[in-house]
Amino acid sequence: MKILKQVAEYLEKGDRERVYELTGQALEQNVSARQILDDGLIAGMKVVGDRFRKHEIFLPEVLMAARAMNAGMDLIKPLFIKEGVTAIGKIVIGTVYGDLHDLGKNLAGVMLKGAGFDVIDLGNNVPAQKFVETAEKENATVIGMSALLTTTMMEMKNVTNLLKDKGLDKSIKTIIGGAPVSEEYAKSIGADAYAYDAASGVELVKQLV
Amino acid sequence: MRPTIEFLGKNLIQQIVSEAYLILCTLGIEIHNKNVLEMFSDHGAKVDIDKSRVIFKEDIIQKALKSAPKSFKLYDVNGNETNDFSGYNVHFTPGSTSINVLDYKTKQIRKPVTDDYINYVKVVSQLEHIASQSTALIPADVHENISDSYRLFLSLLYCEKPVVTGTFTIDSFEIMKDFQLAVRGSEKALREKPLTVFSCCPTSPLKWSDVTSQNVVDCARYSIPVEFISMPLAGFMAPVTLVGTLIQHTAETLSGIVISQLTNPGTPMLYGGSPAIFDVRFETTPMGAIETMMIDCAYNEIGKYLGIPTQAYIALSDAKQLNAQAGLESGIGATLAALAGINNISGPGMLDFESCFSTEKLVVDNEICKQVLRLVKGIEPKEDFPALPIFEELLKEKHLLISEHTRKYLREEHSFPGPVINRANRARWKEMGEFTLEERAHMEVEELVNSYKPSTLAEDTKREIINLMEREGKKYGQTSLPDRY
Ligand code: B12
Repeated sequence: MKILKQVAEYLEKGDRERVYELTGQALEQNVSARQILDDGLIAGMKVVGDRFRKHEIFLPEVLMAARAMNAGMDLIKPLFIKEGVTAIGKIVIGTVYGDLHDLGKNLAGVMLKGAGFDVIDLGNNVPAQKFVETAEKENATVIGMSALLTTTMMEMKNVTNLLKDKGLDKSIKTIIGGAPVSEEYAKSIGADAYAYDAASGVELVKQLV
Repeated sequence: MRPTIEFLGKNLIQQIVSEAYLILCTLGIEIHNKNVLEMFSDHGAKVDIDKSRVIFKEDIIQKALKSAPKSFKLYDVNGNETNDFSGYNVHFTPGSTSINVLDYKTKQIRKPVTDDYINYVKVVSQLEHIASQSTALIPADVHENISDSYRLFLSLLYCEKPVVTGTFTIDSFEIMKDFQLAVRGSEKALREKPLTVFSCCPTSPLKWSDVTSQNVVDCARYSIPVEFISMPLAGFMAPVTLVGTLIQHTAETLSGIVISQLTNPGTPMLYGGSPAIFDVRFETTPMGAIETMMIDCAYNEIGKYLGIPTQAYIALSDAKQLNAQAGLESGIGATLAALAGINNISGPGMLDFESCFSTEKLVVDNEICKQVLRLVKGIEPKEDFPALPIFEELLKEKHLLISEHTRKYLREEHSFPGPVINRANRARWKEMGEFTLEERAHMEVEELVNSYKPSTLAEDTKREIINLMEREGKKYGQTSLPDRY
């Protein structure tokens, strides 16, 4: 569909006004919200992601595109909510208890939001309880945790254990990131995924929801 | 003449400082610590307790700068002077607080344990061109609540050099201070002869956390020197331009200076930092980027202008292995830092965005430090004028190898690297075993570990700090400490 192609094109350029306008026009033409999302916004973001990985464009361009994506989402999200479904998925993120490093987590949050996820950011120094309670309350299907200190990374285990104890580990997936953690560490604590950066985190979260 | 390098010049420095003042006095700084907020309020600053925000006043900043010591010294565990932070003096210290070590045998990273720490300390204690030690690794074989004090404990037990360190929590300060009192004997003696420098980090942009601002206050109470480690990330959490980043760094560092000097005027401080540009392709904070190093050298000029000795995280690399990238980034950093006169140069041994330590790299970097320290001695005439006599001697003798002039100045004019740097011709290098740099570095590490001699710190003091550490461990259920060799 031509209009969706245009949505994708302007999204790639990071033009949020045009994306907003075109999304509105598409809705007027009775294109379904799901189709606008999949074939317009997400299709555009996929191109952006690919070009970013090839270093053809840099993070600022990705974030501009993400902002344009959000502009389109503002229009179509209410329709999803009306139908009682989340557009793409809901994720709770935060930096673990005792840790104040939040730059990586923030970046992951922006990128996830840019990819269309509903992101609930609990900030830094977040106790395990809070992660789990919020995810339960908000019906989030993924918890994303960040830790930058050797001395705080084990907090992540408290979250995965708590999920297990409550029998939630099948319905709520976990993804972790930060300098001291790794793929192996994720496995060892029963987390579902490890992201070495925000962009790869987005791809992994897509698989988890 | 001592060679130097300059990036800013007085006009630009004044403009940057004046913008930083404006930021402090209009936007202010967020400080998430009640005690510190109250202290500011008591000194007439505008404080919004609910928003944890302090709006500075020019006179508070100026007063703090006035009471800031223009120089200070560090002393080893036996009270001998090792570091003189003044003027353009430069001293090297290993990069600090890595998350991983690079294992020589596997070439993989892993979490460090007690043995790694002891090895490191045994090596650093013998490296001539690294003036102080730092608590470079976090041993993962002790309870996490003691892992910051435990590394200082091992450092003080095994190595005489003063220590660049820091805490992870407010609580750890107590024991880390008690170790120092045990070594020095009294508060007064510790004030007179500083043994450690604590790194204290503001949180960019324009913020102090509860923990790190309390660390500044606690150190000031005991006159323990601090180095402020402001980390604006250019293009991400700071303006993309180097000047913009410098303005932010200046504001953040000035705020630290004020916290310290309000608590205890005259507390020694280093005008430090670990800023970086943000690599928008890889989402990383490259310490080996030339722009990162330029920011470091430039804020050091600002520190000098304000009359405070300086520090920087420079002379380190983002390479993942001990390879050419590691050498070139560390080498360029060390060279620029020394030319700029950064007083405490933190970095040797460090790889991978300050997250990975390699003792092999440390011994390589020790050679970089040696050459750089030679570089900044510069070029001075030594009985070179008048020139005719030595040339007459040369023409007559056909060489100057045994000339008196040669014998007198050889070791002063030329520096001789250790076995890590190979200057043999190819045939001899082959005969020597064709070892790679990495292999030579590893052999040197083993050599140093074997030739280590225990610290001459008094035995009863050692026992005292062991008791302190054991007691601290028990607090967190660690009934015994890992074996030490
Ligand atoms: C910037 C920084 C700070 C800033 C943090 C500012 C902030 N608002 O976050 C400040 C100055 C406040 C700071 C403070 C401290 N720091 Co610090 N800090 C760093 C530094 C240099 C960079 C971290 C960073 O922001 N990188 C940029 C971001 C974008 O990358 P990132 O965090 O890795 O995140 C990326 C990926 O990992 C991933 N990711 C991360 N999380 C998540 C989560 C999800 C869900 C996903 C999908 C992806 C993901 O995606 C991100 C984007 O690509 C690191 C060094 C390092 N190599 O990490 C040290 C470092 C982590 N800090 C360290 C230390 C010691 C401290 C202090 C204890 C120092 C002190 N004595 O005060 C305090 C900690 C206080 C506390 N309790 O937390 C040590 C840790 C040592 C250890 N063994 O644990 C390090 C390694 C530096 C060092 N060698 O000393 N620090």
